[in-house]
Amino acid sequence: MTNTLNEDKKVLPAREDLGGVKQEFNITVYTENQIGLLNRIAIIFTRRKINIDSLNTSPSEVDSIHRFTIVINETEDVVRKLCRQIEKQVEVLKVYYHTNADVIWQEMALYKVSTNVIAEQVSVERLLRENGARAVVIRKDYTVFETTGHREETESLIKILQPYGLIEFVRSARVAIIKNSEGFNAKLREFERLEPGEEVIENEYLNQGQKVFTM
Amino acid sequence: MEVAQQEIPAPAKTKETVEVSGSVALLEALIAEGTDTIFGYPGGAIMPIYDALYDYNEKLNHVLVRHEQGGIHAGQGYARTSGKVGVVFATSGPGATNLVTGLADAQIDSTPLVCITGQVFAHLLGTDAFQETDVINITTPVTKWNYQVTDANEIPEVIAKAFYIARSGRPGPVLIDITKNAQIQKFNFEGYVPCNHIRSYRPKPIVRKQYIEEAAALINQAKKPFVLWGQGVILGSAEQEFKAFIEKAGIPSAWTILGVGAIPTDHPLNVGMLGMHGNYGPNVLTNECDVLIAIGMRFDDRVTGRLDKYAKQAKVIHLDIDPAEIDKNVQTTVPVWGDCKETLPLLTELVEAKAHTEWLAKFNDFTQKEVEAVIHKELNPDTEEMTMGEVVRVLNELTGGDAVIVTDVGQHQMVGCRYAKFNKTRSNVTSGGLGTMGFALPAAIGAKFGAQDRPVVAIIGDGGFQMTLQELGTIMQTGVNVKIIILNNRFLGMVRQWQELFNERRYSFVDIQSPDFVRVASGYGIAGKSVNDRAELTAALEQMLNHNGSFLLEVMVTKENNVFPMVPQGCSVSEIRLK
Repeated sequence: MTNTLNEDKKVLPAREDLGGVKQEFNITVYTENQIGLLNRIAIIFTRRKINIDSLNTSPSEVDSIHRFTIVINETEDVVRKLCRQIEKQVEVLKVYYHTNADVIWQEMALYKVSTNVIAEQVSVERLLRENGARAVVIRKDYTVFETTGHREETESLIKILQPYGLIEFVRSARVAIIKNSEGFNAKLREFERLEPGEEVIENEYLNQGQKVFTM
Repeated sequence: MEVAQQEIPAPAKTKETVEVSGSVALLEALIAEGTDTIFGYPGGAIMPIYDALYDYNEKLNHVLVRHEQGGIHAGQGYARTSGKVGVVFATSGPGATNLVTGLADAQIDSTPLVCITGQVFAHLLGTDAFQETDVINITTPVTKWNYQVTDANEIPEVIAKAFYIARSGRPGPVLIDITKNAQIQKFNFEGYVPCNHIRSYRPKPIVRKQYIEEAAALINQAKKPFVLWGQGVILGSAEQEFKAFIEKAGIPSAWTILGVGAIPTDHPLNVGMLGMHGNYGPNVLTNECDVLIAIGMRFDDRVTGRLDKYAKQAKVIHLDIDPAEIDKNVQTTVPVWGDCKETLPLLTELVEAKAHTEWLAKFNDFTQKEVEAVIHKELNPDTEEMTMGEVVRVLNELTGGDAVIVTDVGQHQMVGCRYAKFNKTRSNVTSGGLGTMGFALPAAIGAKFGAQDRPVVAIIGDGGFQMTLQELGTIMQTGVNVKIIILNNRFLGMVRQWQELFNERRYSFVDIQSPDFVRVASGYGIAGKSVNDRAELTAALEQMLNHNGSFLLEVMVTKENNVFPMVPQGCSVSEIRLK
């Protein structure tokens, strides 16, 4: 189910079902690339005291349009209201929200471990294969592994590497792609199509030029 | 044989360009947008704009206020009476931060404003330079849109966007922060192109016929339909469409304080005011109607009281231009998204002509009850001291409902809105959502500039008046004709009322002393009078209204008077108390 906040009342649950249970929701926001917009969007969450679990923003496939993926743990009722507030912002083109079941999502993690320790004590090959990891950098002093997957998957490699002295670990925000949708490209074309022509009002002072503009 | 005359394409018109400074481009843009009045206060970071303004005094009337908060409230008053976008200038730092209250007020009350603030030179941004503040971040939560200009080339396009955003869709305040270098910088100005489209911005949702049909079906089946209308009707200039709708469907209609005046007070289907200090009938019957039709209103908690006990029996139809308002507070059965100027005629066409006589009579019975219990006594007191209500009654008699009434915040506001008579739309200017004390005096100044052919009467409490009384200086300097009534009960009356009712009469810091208001006005060259005796009231109000120029009338009213009816906080609207 793609919840495009549009206008479709019928997809909403009945009055008494609202509120409901908290669960993870993936909010996808398409925006203009504009300074300060991140703050405008963040304020919508902070003023309601809602914690953002994960936030990713990057340029989208469409030039000058950015895509945010925001993960929060809330009820659908709250999520829908939040999304309407986000979509209300001038520079926001479109907002969608989805449960985890409706998206394909990934997080990337990097693990830095001592090359010596890992080479001596672990069967690196097995470790990589079993965890779907790959070595990104191998140096004398350290090695960096990378895995991509759901939280539990990246989590499991931490547990394995921890005993061998994990030097540093970092995990990315979630990126998510909607399972069932026509994609944003079509929607964007619709946005562009609605653009009316421009009408120029010539500056009424320009003809009087000198009188007005010599200052 | 003649050769068909060859069509010669007209030579492309070469665009004339003129090299101007960013400041001049800004003023040209304002003129192109139809701005005639600017409320502002100069300062270091906006000096190039003020320097340019020096040569524009025939085209642009600049009103020098006494404080930036006064400037923005004046801009709001101007916008509310004229229906145009209010324009406000302020300098950087403290000038800009003083706008914040007015921005928040305009944001919650959907008032179209374009505020221009000066900013330090771009190369100084982020260095804690003199009078530098991060205005964009401070004002983000209280503006519909804001933008910082650091290059003069951006000015024409940004101003065009600002006006378009401020007045389209659900209107709101926009702030444009312009660095000093951009104000000075010269660039090639190619004429002004107004904005009528922004890719990512949809001011009006698409009207869907299906919901109009569903709404009409619900209304046609309803035995006890009830309309709640708000300022959306006025902002959409849909007063005629609204009247046609309720008259055809014969539905009793009640208003929020920002909606009052969309139809005349004495219209037979106008059943009164909603909310905490609203009328008895509309509140009680909200919990009895079968179909509730909300038009351009946002179910504020001051209107709904306890949400879990609000109109649970009713099917709800909500007409609003802002999709985010649908289901925000009250879950709707049928949402009608769109500009009510477009949706109401569609709905009117589909609804059956009805009268709902019995149902309407029920409202009138409640009105009768309320008149006996509260209204008669408030408007015609037998006490020695005067009441706020009787002052408004006499004012109604003298103005016939033609005046613009500007109210501040507190007891007098509720009394003013409850009892003032309105014949015309855009007649009630008050701070609804934010409840800003100090709003009325500057807003009245702006209201008069926005409606110069109408009498403007500000009704203000002794508390609120002292928050922005420096704007008497603006009245003095501009000679604007504003009538000021101070209803002086020597208390912060609304807080005192709550302390009486809910805090066992522990009157904590509500006893407020005031200066001699008439002498203060006199210091500003404004005529005034103070009345303590009922016998003088009518003559004094007449003198005020007939006075050529501004006039301050202080009326001493009874100290411990309460505004009733009242829905106590946390109660259902049907638990409204008559005393």
